[in-house]
Formats: sequence, C-alpha cells, structure tokens
Amino acid sequence: MTAIAGVRDERPAVRAAVSVAVQLDRVSKSFGGKHVLQQVSFSVAKGTGVAILGRSGTGKSVTLRTIIGLVRPDSGRVLVDGEDVCGMTREHLNTTRRRIGFLFQTAALFDSITVGENVAFPLRRHTDLKEREIRDKAREKLEQVGLESEYNKMPGALSGGMRKRAGLARAMALDPPLLLVDEPSAGLDPLTTDEIDDLLASLKEDAKTTLVVVTHNITSARKLADRLVMLHEGRVEAEGTIAEFERSDNPLVRAFMTSEHAG
Amino acid sequence: MLDATGRIIATVAGEAGELSLFGFRAMRDAFRPPFEVGEVFRQVHELGLRSAPLIAVSGVAVGVVLSMHTRASLERFGAESMIPAGLAIALVRETGPLTAALLLSGRIGAGIGAEIGAMRVTEQIDALEASAVDAFKYLVVTRALACVIALPILTTVMNFCGMLGGFLAEHAASGMSLRLYFDRSFSLIDVADYVPATLKTMVFGFIIAVTSSYLGFTTTSGTEGVGRASTRSVVFSSILIIVSNVILVRLIFFFFPGLQS
Ligand SMILES: Nc1ncnc2c1ncn2[C@@H]1O[C@H](COP(=O)(O)OP(=O)(O)OP(=O)(O)O)[C@@H](O)[C@H]1O
Ligand SMILES: [Mg+2]
Repeated sequence: MTAIAGVRDERPAVRAAVSVAVQLDRVSKSFGGKHVLQQVSFSVAKGTGVAILGRSGTGKSVTLRTIIGLVRPDSGRVLVDGEDVCGMTREHLNTTRRRIGFLFQTAALFDSITVGENVAFPLRRHTDLKEREIRDKAREKLEQVGLESEYNKMPGALSGGMRKRAGLARAMALDPPLLLVDEPSAGLDPLTTDEIDDLLASLKEDAKTTLVVVTHNITSARKLADRLVMLHEGRVEAEGTIAEFERSDNPLVRAFMTSEHAG
Repeated sequence: MLDATGRIIATVAGEAGELSLFGFRAMRDAFRPPFEVGEVFRQVHELGLRSAPLIAVSGVAVGVVLSMHTRASLERFGAESMIPAGLAIALVRETGPLTAALLLSGRIGAGIGAEIGAMRVTEQIDALEASAVDAFKYLVVTRALACVIALPILTTVMNFCGMLGGFLAEHAASGMSLRLYFDRSFSLIDVADYVPATLKTMVFGFIIAVTSSYLGFTTTSGTEGVGRASTRSVVFSSILIIVSNVILVRLIFFFFPGLQS
C-alpha cells in the first residue's frame, strides 16, 4: 500500500484506523530456524471479507493463528480492533477472543463431549443464558450448518466434512463480529461447499461479520472476499480485489485464478 | 562420550526446571479466579471415584499378604495377638499411602498423560484457548486439585480395605472375630500415625497430576507422542513419588518425633 501524505488524506486515514478489524504489520515468525512468515502485512476492514490464498505450507494457518494470539510473532504487530494482541494481559486477550470465532483446519472439536455440547461450550463459558436457551442456540447453530440431527453424537462418529461444519457452528456460537475460518470447504462436496459459502456470505451481509477465510477455492473466495491476499513462502505475494487479481500478470496469481475451471 | 552425558544432564535439568515451573504455576493459579469448581468435581469423579475399585481390591490383597508375613514373624515370639495392631500400623504409616500412590500414578498418570497429550496433538488445547478459556487452569489446575483431594481419601480406603484383608487372613488362620480384630487393630494407632502419612499423599497427588499434565501438554509428534507421554507420565510420577517420600518421611519424623519410638 502506498503511503498517504497531505492534509486532505489524513481524515480518511484516521477513519480507516477505527474501521479496521484486523491488521498485521510486518509480522515475522520462525519455527526452529525455518522462516514461516516474513514481514507479512495486510489489513481487513470491518464488515468485509478477506481470503488468504496460497500453496500448502506457505503459512496460511500460522497467519490465522497469529490473529487470535495462538502464535506469537517474533517481530511485528497484530492488531485486532486497533489493539495489539501480543501485548495483552491474559484477561484482555480472553475478552478479545470472545469476539472472535475460530474454525481450525482440523476442526479441533472437543472429543470427550457431544457435538451439541461442543457448540454449547462457548455459550456455557461466556454467557448467562439459561440451560434451555443454550441448547436452543446450539441447536440453531447446528441447523445452520445442516447438522441439527447430530446434536447428541460424539465428534468421533462424524465424517471429516461434518466435523468441519460442527467446528464452524462452534465458531459461530457467540455470534462473533470477527470470524476466522481455515479452509471451511475442505473435505466438503460441491453442494455443501455452496451452502457453507452462502451461510458465511449471509453472515457478512446481514450480521456485518468480518471474515478472514483461508481457502483454495476461487469460487468461494469470489463469494466471500472483498480482497484477496496471496501468500507465497511466508511472504505476501499479491494483494488486491478480485478484479485486480483477475487482471494480474503474476504467474502464481494467474495459476490460482485459472484453477477454478479445473475444480 | 562425555559430550553425550553432558547433553543428557542438560536435557534432564532443563526438563526438571520446566516441570517445576509448571508445578509452581499450578499452585499459584489454584488460588486465582476464575475457579473451575464444576470441572474439579468432574475430575474428582473421573480420576478419584473411578479408581476406588482398583484401590479397594488391591487393599484387600495387600492386607492378606501383609497379615501372612506379620503372622510368620510374630508367631515366633508367641505374639499373635499383636498381628492386627502391627498390620494396622504398617498399613497406615507407610504401606497404604505409598501403595495407593504408586497404583494411582499408574491409573491416573497414564490417563492424564494420554488425554492431555491427545488434546495437544489434535489442537483441542488450542481450541480451548481460542474459546477464551485458560487451558492451563481448565486442564492442569483442575486435575491437580482433584488429585490432591482424591489421594488422601483413596489412601484411607486402601488402609481400611487392607485391614479388612488382614482380618480375612487372620479369621482363616485363627478364627478371630471381626469385632476383636478391629478392636486390636485400632488399639495402638494414634492420630499421629494416620494424619501426617495420609496428608503426605496430597503431595503425591499433586506430583501425579502435574507431572502427567506437563508431559501431556508438551506432547509433540502425533499418536506416537501421545503413547510416549502416557508411559513417561507413569514412570516419572512413580520415581518422583518414591524419591519425595524419603524427604516427606524425614519431615514427618522431624515434626512427630514420637513416631520413631
Ligand atoms: N507449531 C509449529 N511448529 C513448527 N513448525 C510449524 C508449526 N506450525 C506450522 N509450522 C510450519 O509452518 C509452515 C506453514 O504452516 P501452515 O500450517 O501455516 O501452512 P498452510 O499454509 O496452512 O498449509 P496448508 O494449506 O497445507 O494448510 C509449515 O512448514 C509448517 O511445518
Ligand atoms: Mg493450513
């Protein structure tokens, strides 16, 4: 992004600061000498969707994890609603996390409790709702992902795609204003993928939920994202709108944009 | 050769340091809100109550065997009437607490190591954190408290079942009545025999929970790592129990000099 200078441009910049939900500022992270993220910067405006694209192992999941404070960057800042996630006290971090829904790539359901209880878990922990209301809400969220009949099943009894959807229901339980989802459609058939995409799109349109979606699916990205961020080997290779990506002559971007015809 | 030894010592020292920090953190967080009361009770049930059958059966068996040994030695002096009291003191002062703790380091230690290890490798611990739950408090502190509560109770169960086993053996050998047996059992036992020895199992409970939680928490490399965490939980908590027992017994003798007579 180009630096904005001059008096006239200052006001929009200030307004932008408040309307930014997530901002990564030169975030770097290594694991045992391996540079997984290098100077990654991008921001997500409130109520918009950003899709993170990139090949396997380029640091998409790690990027998502830094936003919720599960991975601490070695350098750089991660701001959520303008506050640095890394500098937060435990209580402050938890307050912030309550406003964030997170779908893990592996779904990460709690396997000792039922699917319904997984979705009810955040409600039990963080709301004063009555038992009945908690169950109703959990059921409603499961219904939205098409799993209302699996309420009393154990996570181990679900298929991979079902687990993913249950994980999404749990992420949505507290109606968070910010939703981070790691490959929501991985392991889903095209029809279910469309349904999940429609659900996420409706959250963005109706509830003004901010979305950060890791996806390999360009069709999904079109539906959900206002901007795209392409990571490659831990760096931001390209960033822009769908239209900009379509016009791009970056070979990697082109490869991704044309892959939709294949799948 | 020396280099390798040095590395091993450094690794062990490092792990011991980490484990101690983990333990201190568990103690500190136990007194900081929010208190996970519901989860503590669930764990007391899961780890404590469900271990009761193991402890009861083992207690009876240990009692029978101890009684046979006591009889063999006391018969020589014509002191068979001392069997119940001798057995009771041996059980309450040392055999009950140590046997219970070692058995539980097997059952509870392996369970905690495997459960928390599996939660680590399947990202469930991260999912707790992402749900704004302090995973350390929710998983480790609750289990530590549950074990600290459960161990003295289970030890008491062990002692009692041991005496029952002693009675069964004695009844078979000499036909002694239940009433007389228990009268004689309690004739020489003092509060100082029971209380410090039983309370020291709170330390054992803490050791089991913290050691196996630590190994579970730091699990890496998938299913294989989970198995390793589980095994190492049993090995390390047993060793730590046996070693700390030496220190605890010295402390108890220091504060209750009467026990040495
Ligand atoms: N906790 C960790 N410890 C060590 N290395 C890690 C850790 N987490 C991620 N990595 C490494 O960071 C790199 C990026 O991982 P990441 O999971 O972010 O990839 P990704 O872009 O999400 O890939 P995929 O599309 O396959 O999910 C990988 O090489 C991975 O091995
Ligand atoms: Mg990933």
